[in-house]
Order: sequence, then structure tokens, then C-alpha cells
Amino acid sequence: MIAPVSPGLRSAALVGNPNAGKSALFNALTGARQKIANYPGVTVERKAGRLVLPSGEAVELTDLPGSYGLNPTSPDEEVTRKVILGEFPGEAAPDVLVVVLDASNLEQHLVFALEVIELGRPVVVALNMVDLAERDGLTIDPAALASALSVPVIPTVAVRRKGLRELALAIAEAETRTVATRRGHEFAPERRLTARAIAQGAIVSETAQHRLHARLDTVLLHPWAGPLILFALLFVVFQAVFAGATPFADALEAGVGWLGDGVRAVLPKGLFRDLITEGVLAGVGSVVVFLPQIVILFFFILVMEATGYMARAAFLMDRMMAGVGLSGRSFIPLLSSFACAIPGIMATRSIADPRDRLTTILIAPLMTCSARLPVYAVIIAAFIPARSIGPKGMEIIGLQGLVLLALYVMGIVGAMAVALVLRSSVTKGNASGFIMELPKYQLPGFKDLALGLYQRAWIFLRRAGTIIFMVSVVLWLLLSFPRALPGESQIDASIAGKIANGLAVVVKPIGFNRDMALALIPAMAAREVAVSSLATTYAVDASDEEQEALKLGEQLKAHWTLPMALAFLAWFVFAPQCLSTIAVARRETNGWKWPGFMLAYLFGLAYIFAGITYWSAVALGL
Amino acid sequence: MTLDLLPLGRSARILAVDWALLADEEGQRLRALGIDAGAEIAVAHRGIFGGRDPLAVTIGRMTVALRRSHARAMQVEELA
Repeated sequence: MIAPVSPGLRSAALVGNPNAGKSALFNALTGARQKIANYPGVTVERKAGRLVLPSGEAVELTDLPGSYGLNPTSPDEEVTRKVILGEFPGEAAPDVLVVVLDASNLEQHLVFALEVIELGRPVVVALNMVDLAERDGLTIDPAALASALSVPVIPTVAVRRKGLRELALAIAEAETRTVATRRGHEFAPERRLTARAIAQGAIVSETAQHRLHARLDTVLLHPWAGPLILFALLFVVFQAVFAGATPFADALEAGVGWLGDGVRAVLPKGLFRDLITEGVLAGVGSVVVFLPQIVILFFFILVMEATGYMARAAFLMDRMMAGVGLSGRSFIPLLSSFACAIPGIMATRSIADPRDRLTTILIAPLMTCSARLPVYAVIIAAFIPARSIGPKGMEIIGLQGLVLLALYVMGIVGAMAVALVLRSSVTKGNASGFIMELPKYQLPGFKDLALGLYQRAWIFLRRAGTIIFMVSVVLWLLLSFPRALPGESQIDASIAGKIANGLAVVVKPIGFNRDMALALIPAMAAREVAVSSLATTYAVDASDEEQEALKLGEQLKAHWTLPMALAFLAWFVFAPQCLSTIAVARRETNGWKWPGFMLAYLFGLAYIFAGITYWSAVALGL
Repeated sequence: MTLDLLPLGRSARILAVDWALLADEEGQRLRALGIDAGAEIAVAHRGIFGGRDPLAVTIGRMTVALRRSHARAMQVEELA
């Protein structure tokens, strides 16, 4: 919610079918930062921003979830209906409704527009993406459309910022304009006929369709080539995340090291200097170095969403998802969960079937989110040799990337197995259908991509600056007091060490040592904290400065065995160590029952699989 | 003939839909996308591997993914 800027502030809302380009238009009108994509159901949250009218007056603009009609078939369409009709608790009906139409798909989008106009409220129509319509060989007469609909029609191209001023002006005038709709109530089938007639009347010329996206689909949705391309793409993404980020991560790591040296040179030896170097820099620094990997992963996800490929991936995955009782629609939230389970769980609102939705929420944390990357990356770098494998002379597959891929696959296979079990037990019911529009292919806007990436990077850095900073400092305090007597290890003497000794008894059967148990406790807040905790622990434990300056990877190699490291990786494939995810699951399921269930089954799986990994590795003599 | 049997790339008109075979929300969503008696439709793509599921159909200027079980509920007549 945006606080009212002045009393009597008017409000407007963007409504329309999914893929009408509402989010892009919203960004262009308000400058607000919001994720843009063109698969159905991305706009599940209420987004509000300030639209400044040509008069200088400000209007609160909300971006409503994409809807095909006022008769809801999913939770997000329900939100749209309630807000438009003024039935949403605590939310006044918007003064002006801005109906966004995809000009290249006029007939379909007009059906909902007619339903909204029928309400008799002030309406302005934004005829969006007129450039794409022209690419498709369509010329539309906005004036003819306006007179047929008896509301103002403004042609816009949101991504090129065309028609925005005219649209703002029309919004300003809409409320004062007398509402003289001559449209009476129609039932859905008649409304479609009316829409068809109006569309045909407004289209001036229509040449043969530009079949670019049909040709792309022939390849990308090919029964055999399609899945191969999808898996090849995912493989490239994971290789890029690991290999492409290395130079940037090394530079950041060098920067953190340089800062530490600087602090050591400036501050006198003592507890305060230790707090800065061992607590803050070791803790926060060890997480910040993973920023490049997170940015690269989000880059690929944002591009897949913005180009329209994500919906094709859902199509290709539907058969497989149907095998475990879900649909391709669950694939989009699950793929988002590779970046972070929180937007993933929120994106499940576009799933119509409640049991499908619950199952998707429960397995979303099994997708390898970006917060696990720091944990995986530091342990893989320390324990898996950086060499390439493959047939002789063709050693092109990086072993480290392969292990990373294996961890992702473990999460996916685990999620599918859990879904299968849940769908035949706690979320039992008929398999739901899969009906989904496949949007047109589009080139992603550079600005929108940059904005999305900036937003992700900022969220990550803010977490590093707040949660991880605090947890690092608290952990340092718990590790540093009471002070060890001469000859005694600092960790053994500390409060944190004593707590960890208790937990270590529980995790000893799965091969974890005391340091690992210690890392698990603060990592309950967020998984990547495990890395900063280990860094802080070994920095505090270091007997001299030379040892303290050792990279975390060297420390791990000195204290852990390979089976222990592999067990730790297996633990993080399953363990639900993220307070934010649990909180979101509670909000989305309206209670503690399902998040409680989620915690119990995920910790159970983590324990079992870490144990299996450890003892198998030991038996194999690794 | 039902829609699931329509050969790839051929246009057809939907004669009737047996809504009783579909869940309420499914029917509503199909109608919202214009998939209803009288609409012109073509099957553009079929899903992967043996199941040939889901289908991607074109209707107007849209491509819509749906399952074979939905297509089986639709009687169509092929257009010349």
C-alpha cells in the first residue's frame, strides 16, 4: 500500500487478460520496480505505485492480477474480481479502471473489456503492444474501437514508453466524464460474439500473420528436440552459474581480504578489531562473494520469463508433472523456486486446484534456491577437484559443475517423489487439468531486465547487510565468550560451543562434527548463514593471524573429511532452513498445520539422506 | 470426431463440448479462452514422448495448452 499523498487522492487500477503487458505498462507509468514477465499468473501480488497526471496531481495506480473474466477460476482472479467490485476488505474500489488490451489479440481481450465496461464505471482502454500487432500485419483504428466501446481508447507501447502521456490524460478526464455506457448486460456467449464483431470492425487491414513464433514453437515444442533443448539450456545455466561467476567472485573475495588487512592495520589489537574482522568481515564477506552467481542465475530466469519461453517449458514439463499428479502449471512456481522459494510459493496462487497448489507449496523448498548456492559452492570448491571429465580428448564437462547439477537433480527427484506420495495421501484427489495460454515470443527489454536484476541483487545484499550481519555478530559474541583459558580451545569454552556440543550428539550418527552442528543453528534463519557461520567459527578458532587469513575452503579441508562434506551437501538439499519460507507458507496456507508438516518431513528427509550419503561414502572409502 | 484425433495443422470447428466431462473451473477457463462450440481451432503441437499429451491448440491469434482429456470432450468437424 502506498500512503495517500494528499487528501482526496484518486485511484486507478490496471485490469486485463494475462500477457496484455500490464506489468510493463505499470512500470512505465509509475516507474515502480516490479518483475515483468509474460507467462500467465506472474502478477499475483497487489502492486501499487504513484502515477503523476499531466496536471501534477498524483493518482494511486494498482496493477491487478491478470484475469480472463470476473468469474474467478483461481485465487488471483478472485483478488481482481473483489477489487474491481469494491468487495475487497480494506480496499476501496478504484475510481478509474484502465483496461489493458493486447492489440495483436484483440478479439480475445475484448471479451473481458466488455465485461468490465458493462459495470458502468469510468473506464479507459489502453490498446497496448500496437507495435507487435503491426509486426503481425494488423492495423487497428483506435477511433473506431472507441466509438464501438463508447470509452476512450489510447494506443500504447509500454516498453517504448509510447502513448503514456495521452493515457495519463485520459485517466485524469475519465472520472469527470459522464458515464454514458450504452452497453446493457450480456451473457458470456453473446459477449464473445460482440467482441468478435467489434474487433473485426476496428481492424483496418490484416495481412498474413507473421509466423515467427509458430516457427519457433515448431522447434522448441518439438516432441523430441524440445525437451532436449530445455535440458541443454538448464545445463548451460548451471555451468554458467559456476564457471562464469568465478572471476567476479575472486575479485570480491580479494576485496574482502583487502578490507580485513586494512582494518588490522588501522585498529589496535583487541576484541573490537576481532569483532570487525572475525565477526563482520568473515561472516558477511563470505556470503557477499556469491552475489555474481545469484545474479547470473536470476539473469537466466528473468530472460526465460520475459521471452515467453517459461510457458513453453511448462508445456514440455506437463507430461512429467502429470506423472506425479501435478500439472505443467506447477512448473513455473517450481522453477522460480530455483531462485528463491518465496516468490515461488507466492506464484502458486495462479494454480486453480487447491490440492495441486498445496502440493506445490510443500515441495517448493526442495528446489535448490540461490541461498543454497553459497553453501554448495564453498564446499564443492573445497572438496571437488576443478578438473574436466569426459571421453579422452573431449574433457569438456567440469566435475564441479557436474556435482552442482547432481545436487539440483537430487532436489528435483526428491520433490517429484514427495509430490507422488502426497498426491496419494494427504493431498489425495483427482488429477487437475492443465489449461494455459502460451504467450507470444518477445525480445526482453534491456531496462526491464536490468531493473529485475538490480532488484534481486539489492534484496540479496540487504539480507547480507541485515539478517546475516546480525547473525554473524551474535554468533561471534557467543563464540568469543566466555574467553578460553590458556591452552583451551576458544570454541570449546564458548557458549556456542556448548550448545553445539548438545546438537552434535543428535547429528553425530549422520557424520556431522561439532563445527557443522554449530553452523546449522544460525543457518535456521537462512541457509547461506551456514557459510558465514563456518567462516566466523574458524576465524575465531584460529590460533594465529596466519591461520586466520586462510581461505574458508582451506579451513574446511583441514577440519572435514570428504564423506562429511558430501553429507553436509545432502543435508542442505532437503533441510528447510529458512524462516522466510516458513512464514510465507504459513501465510499462503492460513495456519501452522502445513508449515509444521513441511518442517517435519523436510528435516526427516535431510537427516535420512545425509546419513545415507555419509555412510555410503565411508563404505566406498572416499 | 473429437479434437484429440484431429491431425496436426488441420483447421476444425468445434461442434459441441461435453462440459460434463470437465471440472467446472476447467470448463470456465476454456470458455474464457474462447474454446467453445462454434470456435475455429487447430492442433499445432503435441506433447512429448508416448503420451502425446498435452496439446497446443491455436484459436484466433492465441496458442493454448490443454490436456488430451479436455480435447476428448470436444466434438469437431474438419474444415476443408
